[in-house]
Amino acid sequence: MDNLLSRHRNVSILVAVLFAQVLGLAVQVKRDSSGQETRLIRLWVVEAVTPFEKSLAWIQNTTGGIFHNYIYLRGVRAENRQLKQQIEDMRLQQVRLEEDASQARRLQLLLGFKEKFIQKTVPAQVIGTSGTEQSRSVYIDKGFADGIKPDQAVITAEGIVGKILHVYDDHTSSMLLVNDTSSGVGVILESSRIQGVLRGMPNGQLTVEKILSDESIQPGERVLTSGGDQIFPKGLGVGVVSAVKPGKDSFLDVRVKPGANLSRLEEVLVITHVENRSPSVDVTGPVRAADILAQRLPSVPDKPAVDPSLKPVPKVGGATATPLKPVGGQAATQQPKPAQGDAVQPVKTATGNPPLDSKKSSLPTGSAATGTKSALPPATASAPQASSSTPNATTPSPAGASAQNPAVKPASTTPAATGTVKPAVAQAPVPNKTVAPAHRDPDKSAGPASQNKPQTAPVEDKPE
Amino acid sequence: MPVLYTSQDQVEVYRFNFATALFVPLAALFLQAFVPLKFPFFMMFDLPLLVVIFFAVARRSQVSGLMTGAVIGLLQDSLTHQKIGLYGIAMTVVGFGASSLGVRIDVENVGARFLGTMFFYLVHEVVYFVVARGMVQSDVQWAWSHELLSALANGLLAVVLFALLDRLKQRA
Repeated sequence: MDNLLSRHRNVSILVAVLFAQVLGLAVQVKRDSSGQETRLIRLWVVEAVTPFEKSLAWIQNTTGGIFHNYIYLRGVRAENRQLKQQIEDMRLQQVRLEEDASQARRLQLLLGFKEKFIQKTVPAQVIGTSGTEQSRSVYIDKGFADGIKPDQAVITAEGIVGKILHVYDDHTSSMLLVNDTSSGVGVILESSRIQGVLRGMPNGQLTVEKILSDESIQPGERVLTSGGDQIFPKGLGVGVVSAVKPGKDSFLDVRVKPGANLSRLEEVLVITHVENRSPSVDVTGPVRAADILAQRLPSVPDKPAVDPSLKPVPKVGGATATPLKPVGGQAATQQPKPAQGDAVQPVKTATGNPPLDSKKSSLPTGSAATGTKSALPPATASAPQASSSTPNATTPSPAGASAQNPAVKPASTTPAATGTVKPAVAQAPVPNKTVAPAHRDPDKSAGPASQNKPQTAPVEDKPE
Repeated sequence: MPVLYTSQDQVEVYRFNFATALFVPLAALFLQAFVPLKFPFFMMFDLPLLVVIFFAVARRSQVSGLMTGAVIGLLQDSLTHQKIGLYGIAMTVVGFGASSLGVRIDVENVGARFLGTMFFYLVHEVVYFVVARGMVQSDVQWAWSHELLSALANGLLAVVLFALLDRLKQRA
């Protein structure tokens, strides 16, 4: 036996080395389900290689930064102009989106919907790759010191890119890209609302699995995260459907083109903290310039008395306001309405200088792109749709607005107007809380607290 | 103290000093991990494999060849997220085969280097594929067109790289 081994010494060593590695591999396969422990050899190699990668990345960034920030500034002015224009456009878009978002939040609140909100992200730089096509993972320069942990989602502005796989030290982690074969992400198609699992293919492409062949999916449809994997928060962009073909076993082969360029990643964001909470609804709305102005101006004096001949028209907001009597659907529309003369003085609407609020209320959200862009400050932009769609309830502007705009009629005389308060009327779960104080404290009827009241009208007050 | 690896054969054998034996494989690993960040097409090359072939052929020792392959393969495994040993096994086989071939044929020739590298690249891929599919059950696919193209690219790179590394060789 010894003679045989010595005669075939080299082959024996080869067999021994191969056997040892196969044995080690078998042990790893056996322990696969136990967790994601980091092997010592892996730690050593990463510690040996990544400092060079970090140094090179730093040198490259520094020299690149000097060149781009101080030397190569061609076309910057034109780009700046273009970006400013883009900001203006986006502000206007924000106006519309804020309205939609607040409406969606209210609806979600009604449904008791819980959602994951990204609360904290850590920017990181990609410093290296695994170097093979069989393992699509990269290394980033953030680690324990930055709160990085395994299974945290990693995104870019263009979409998701992967998840944290291992954290090696205070400043080094590895990240598994979504196009690796071992990756899986719960996704949903934006318009068809079909859910599936996004997987990487051996050639680096992305595919959505488990979609039955009778589903109708069109190329170009956006793919978003569904939140079902408990790693990526719901609603993050993934990419677009690039091709749809019949696949195996009555499933579709849906190919996805990722939004982010996965082969050229430079900077990424690691989502280190996700909060699970119900969406909040800001009942009072943001503080606006008109509100502050109204507070600083002298308060509106109470009207001494009301002519008995005007008694059929209930008047709210002055000292003589009568308690609200819910009558069908009119109740909600009556209360926030001050007497027409009351609000005129503080907001100077009768002088031909419409207040900021009345400017907004006369600007429907749909008119955002009609050339009035710069006149619309983004911070005060959350109310226009409400005030324009619910003219009967806006204060302090309604009085002024009604003086200027005949379309804005007193609420008490327009029961049909409650029907125009479309979803906002039905959304508010706490209407009475906000409606009631307006009656108890007439001074506030012209103040900021009553700005959003029409959106908080009670459901039960809606005409059947 | 230089690390000497020589064979007992009559063919010309070479040795490498300690710094070369240590830093060339590390540099290959580093470049393999870093360059694809800037040039994604570089992923089709396999610098650590070329280094294993070069050292194995130059030393003409089967034991040193397989050991070099095993060590560099395991280091390469460590940079991936896969099981450690997949590249190790494949590189061990390549290291042993390359050193065995180096004993028998003239591997200083450019054509022999080109064809030899192509051959060993394919051997490496086959062994990797078999182990990954058979033992680890990884989802790897075999695409002839891709493998042949990669083998061709690695063969061409080997001709250039080996010419550079020849300067580090010392006659035993």
